[in-house]
Amino acid sequence: MLSIDNLQANVEDKNILKGLSLEIKPGEIHAIMGPNGSGKSTLGYVLSGREGYEVTGGTATLNGDNLFDLEADERAKKGLFLAFQYPVEIPGVSNMEFLKASVDTVREYQGKDALDTVSFMKLAREKCNAVNLDPHFLKRGVNEGFSGGEKKRNEIMQMMLLEPSLCILDETDSGLDIDALQVVADGVNACRDPNRSFIIVTHYQRLLDYIVPDKVHVLSDGKIIKSGGKELARELEKKGYSWIEKA
Amino acid sequence: MSEVIDDYVKTEYEAGFVTEVDSETIAPGISEDVIRFISAKKNEPKWLLEWRLEAYEAWKIMEEPDWAHLNYPKIDLNEVSFYSAPKSMENAPKSLDEVDPELIATYNKLGIPLHEQEVLAGVAVDIVFDSVSIATTFKEKLAEAGVVFCPISEAVHEHPELVKKYLGSVVPQKDNYFAALNRAVFSDGSFVYIPKGVRCPMELSTYFRINEANTGQFERTLIIADEGSHVSYLEGCTAPMRDENQLHAAVVELVCLDDAEIKYSTVQNWYPGDENGIGGIYNFVTKRGICHKNSKISWTQVETGSAITWKYPSVILRGDNSIGEFYSVALTRNYQQADTGTKMIHLGKNTKSTIISKGISAGKSSNAYRGLVRMSPRADGARNFTQCDSLLIGDQCSAHTFPYIESKHPNAIIEHEATTSKVSDDQLFLCLQRGIETEKAISMIVNGFCKEVFKELPMEFAVEAGKLLEVSLEGSVG
Repeated sequence: MLSIDNLQANVEDKNILKGLSLEIKPGEIHAIMGPNGSGKSTLGYVLSGREGYEVTGGTATLNGDNLFDLEADERAKKGLFLAFQYPVEIPGVSNMEFLKASVDTVREYQGKDALDTVSFMKLAREKCNAVNLDPHFLKRGVNEGFSGGEKKRNEIMQMMLLEPSLCILDETDSGLDIDALQVVADGVNACRDPNRSFIIVTHYQRLLDYIVPDKVHVLSDGKIIKSGGKELARELEKKGYSWIEKA
Repeated sequence: MSEVIDDYVKTEYEAGFVTEVDSETIAPGISEDVIRFISAKKNEPKWLLEWRLEAYEAWKIMEEPDWAHLNYPKIDLNEVSFYSAPKSMENAPKSLDEVDPELIATYNKLGIPLHEQEVLAGVAVDIVFDSVSIATTFKEKLAEAGVVFCPISEAVHEHPELVKKYLGSVVPQKDNYFAALNRAVFSDGSFVYIPKGVRCPMELSTYFRINEANTGQFERTLIIADEGSHVSYLEGCTAPMRDENQLHAAVVELVCLDDAEIKYSTVQNWYPGDENGIGGIYNFVTKRGICHKNSKISWTQVETGSAITWKYPSVILRGDNSIGEFYSVALTRNYQQADTGTKMIHLGKNTKSTIISKGISAGKSSNAYRGLVRMSPRADGARNFTQCDSLLIGDQCSAHTFPYIESKHPNAIIEHEATTSKVSDDQLFLCLQRGIETEKAISMIVNGFCKEVFKELPMEFAVEAGKLLEVSLEGSVG
């Protein structure tokens, strides 16, 4: 599915990722944890092709495609989805209009039939219900006036609509209360599929109580310094990161 | 901001072609003789010639205004020709079949078919090419409802009592330099009269085209909505790409009698000049309406063209309970400059006005909103709401807001809100990450920003306006 080899990347000429390698098989959930500034969010942005994130070495392939040969929108169309830590507002553009444009362009690229407006609306309402989001949010501007929790649920709803093959969740749990966390986790679990993989970037072990990862990696100073099973997350919660970093 | 965006805002002007027609164009410069010539061409009555000449005398001692946030070399009126008309129009064609096919082709190319069976259903069009009106569609159908829609030069002969009563009644002779100039040299424009209690059965529209080089266009539009009537009117404008700046100095007057309603929409797409700021139309326009009791005037404008835009569609709320509205989208890019806004003059009791202005600046352009809200001492219960939003694309453009508020009534309520925002990298990346290409993303973000204004446009034109913004912002679309 996703294969990252010796990835190095700069942000504003500062070296952030310093030789990161990661292998994710179809259907797997990998959690990436690590202290602030270790490069967790950078990884998501580099893989999804955000401007200003410069790849200086290494490779990343998604289902055989070299990601760095593709523009950001092409990576999205190939099935890479990034759920944002801080989803931005686009005033005046309705969520429905935005999602329809997104789903249309992705489906067209993937050679799937276009959805007519009626079936799209039905699908969108269904997905809203799945994440406990009132369907009237579809009529509001993209993230406009949404609470923190509503924004995150909106991201998961988009993920469900787009049916990506790789989902990267960038600290989706930050700022969520326990109920919202449960809803988000349920959404992710409902999306689990033998052909879909997840990277869950998080600070806290808490989310991993609800979404059980196949692997946990610790990112520190731009490299993965330790990998393990789900029990590693619990250990980190108890001991913090310093015991690994010192080791 | 990314270079990608810069590329998208540097696009070609699609209406920039020249029509090869044999035209009669008078020598550049302004003089009493030129005014007499224009008046004679239109076979005008003596009172109108005198009306023009008086304005000319007044204009001669007026100064070009310099208070606007605009930077341009002084206009040399000795290099402007004040009258140009296709020779084929010499003997006025009686029907469209007699109009020079070259002219018809021009409008087809611009997407404005003139044959009635082809035009947008329910829209009557008057076509002004340089200094003359070449065709007006659906005249007979409108006449059945008693609606008069014709070139103003024709109205002077057919409806002299209306023209004499209302021409210049809203914009006085010495109102401003450009309006006085227009009064002296105006060539053609549209005239509309909606009789008492009539709801105009279709949208009316005028399409202005400047074709000839070194020519100014000085049209004059007069719309009279009699008591209890209703009309929706739209104007559109384009011009060829030329290296010289060309002057467009129009005057529009709206007379809205008791209980009447006028909705006036503009989609202005004059040639904006090239990416280095060479050429383009200087658009100096005076638009004003007067509201009598319980009447309503609503101005909606989408301004994407012109090197310079200087216009302030205004409403004098004279009658009690009258309503004035101004909805504006002004987009500037490259080196375009716009200083635009409105004046809401509250004279009557319980008068209300709403101003929604959306300025979008890209490239090295400058975009200013200038608006006056005046509450007179007898405007008891008057109310205004103003919202000015600016959107910046890139970091070399500028946006300015100049609100003027004069309240002479203690009860008047005036609200003003202003925001400035940027098309952010975050918004753009969110779109890209969802598979939406840059072009589409920018146009979506900009259209979202303009939504409140677009919803005021008649439906067919809202779509057009959205497309126009898209074309103005992007490379390949359209």
